[in-house]
Amino acid sequence: MSNTPFSKHNPELFKKRKFANALGLSLSITAMVIGMAILIWILTVLFYKGFSEIDLEMFTASAPAPGSEGGGLLNAIVGSLLLVGTCTLVSTPVGVLAGIYLTEYGDRSKIAAITRFVTDIMLSAPSIVIGLFVYAIFVAQIKHFSGWAGTVALSLIAVPVIVRTTENMLRLVPSTLREAAYALGTPKWKVSFNVILRAAQSGVMTGILLAIARVSGETAPLLFTALNNQFFSVNMNAPMANLPVTIFQFAMSPYENWNGLAWGGALLITMAVLTLNILARVVFREKVQG
Amino acid sequence: MNMTRSQVARRQRIQDSVFQYSTQFFAVTVLIALLGIIISLFKDAWPALHQFGFGFFASTEWDIIGGEFGGFVPIYGTVVTSFIALLIAVPLSFGIAVFLTEICPNRLRRPFGTAVELLAAVPSIIYGMFGLFFFVPPFAEYVEPALAGTLGQIPVIGILFSGAFNGIGILCASLILAMMILPFITSIMRDVFDIVPPILKESAYGIGCTTWEVICRIVLPYTSTGVIGGIMLGLGRALGETMAVTFVIGNAHKISPSLFAAGSSIASTLANEFGEAEAGAHLSSLFALGLSLFIITLIILSLAKFMLIRMEKAKGVKT
Repeated sequence: MSNTPFSKHNPELFKKRKFANALGLSLSITAMVIGMAILIWILTVLFYKGFSEIDLEMFTASAPAPGSEGGGLLNAIVGSLLLVGTCTLVSTPVGVLAGIYLTEYGDRSKIAAITRFVTDIMLSAPSIVIGLFVYAIFVAQIKHFSGWAGTVALSLIAVPVIVRTTENMLRLVPSTLREAAYALGTPKWKVSFNVILRAAQSGVMTGILLAIARVSGETAPLLFTALNNQFFSVNMNAPMANLPVTIFQFAMSPYENWNGLAWGGALLITMAVLTLNILARVVFREKVQG
Repeated sequence: MNMTRSQVARRQRIQDSVFQYSTQFFAVTVLIALLGIIISLFKDAWPALHQFGFGFFASTEWDIIGGEFGGFVPIYGTVVTSFIALLIAVPLSFGIAVFLTEICPNRLRRPFGTAVELLAAVPSIIYGMFGLFFFVPPFAEYVEPALAGTLGQIPVIGILFSGAFNGIGILCASLILAMMILPFITSIMRDVFDIVPPILKESAYGIGCTTWEVICRIVLPYTSTGVIGGIMLGLGRALGETMAVTFVIGNAHKISPSLFAAGSSIASTLANEFGEAEAGAHLSSLFALGLSLFIITLIILSLAKFMLIRMEKAKGVKT
């Protein structure tokens, strides 16, 4: 207001402060605009390059041989689904049970505290190092690349995500619910499974969806484990085609139709990952409101 | 049906302890995995570390045919790209977090927040392709000459912005990395800004502070530990980022004073060479690089985590 005493006593300072405020806030808005511009730029590029590549052939034909025309990504899509699917099957029980331990059993024990700390670190650990590790303990032992090795590598990335969200979601379950179940004489494992876990169901689902979203786009850990496969194969004991590594190889290749397929695959995988992310948020929000 | 009460009780006790130990076992697998990674990497890195000694980390040699290896070039590339990425990403993240917590109308907070988080969800290989095919050409054509014409003219630091305008190189990798870690740092900053007790902010507004003053003098000091934790978490991410960097860093095994020049990072070296490496000194040196990357990130992430835990405790005290 114009008649604030302050602005009259020291108009110089008042002006300076107002200017600093306006400058700071507009820089902040600029930062937001830059952030949004990056997102929109990336999505536009993906649609511009990838949308025309998505056709029936992409889903029905396997990767083309070097230099040949046409071809699709069927082998890579099926391979990715297999890898991510098996990874989900492996990491869901491990992650959920570990989460149950952290809230219901360990809670304040030292083991739980250390596990929590390590889980948080593993959440951000470089995924390429996880690839190296699985190579050393798995691929180097059986002497060939294999789909299972890819599953193990992806699971090592997915488990921490699931553990962390499961734990947070179980913590949200009111302890009265727990106590009511105990009062009926229910054994602890039944309380954990049939009461607590069920109450936190959609939250746990969120964690699983986020984990799937996270591993679907991972390339680095698959480079030395599942590797890639030019041909259609569902043999988990052999090198396995998968979208991220296929995109990597095709994008770096000199063949134009390979580059095109890489963009198509890139759009496909980004859409899948973003949809999973949004889905996870919707599932969770419904739970919070309902 | 005909079990006595004590039999039922005993059975339940057994089931309970089986369940407890199985959950505990899975919880501990995460721990075992971490230890396993360190041990197995160390085991495979040992031949190289033994052969080259500590000099491995100082040597710039990388002679695959001659069998001489040193890790300094990729370690340098990793540290420099991550550092520049932080320089760019931190102010931007701070701005976005301020926008999301202080400026943005309530109704738009969720969509904008989700949009920033989607940026974090985009797979890193997409950043790599985007960077190589759409960011590099304009970067080489406009940004690099502009930088060379301005910052490049300043003595001493001018050398950082000299050389050919290839687009790909250390600086380009840093920019792409900055885009990738931006959402991680932002979301942590936003979370810690949100825990500042409203009464503190309101008192500041009450004595006539501007929004910017509240942010700089109240919010930031109150959350400094958390903010630093968030920055270090971003640093941890940047250090280990593989695919995006591999696309745009140029993968040259040399150190050049110019930021425009191609270089390599630990992760990009691994991605490029590991698949074709012969068993022996080369493979073992790559493991040594992986081990050093893992240990650097472990230290950074642990520090970040300690700071964020302290912040969470402050949140507990508040209520």
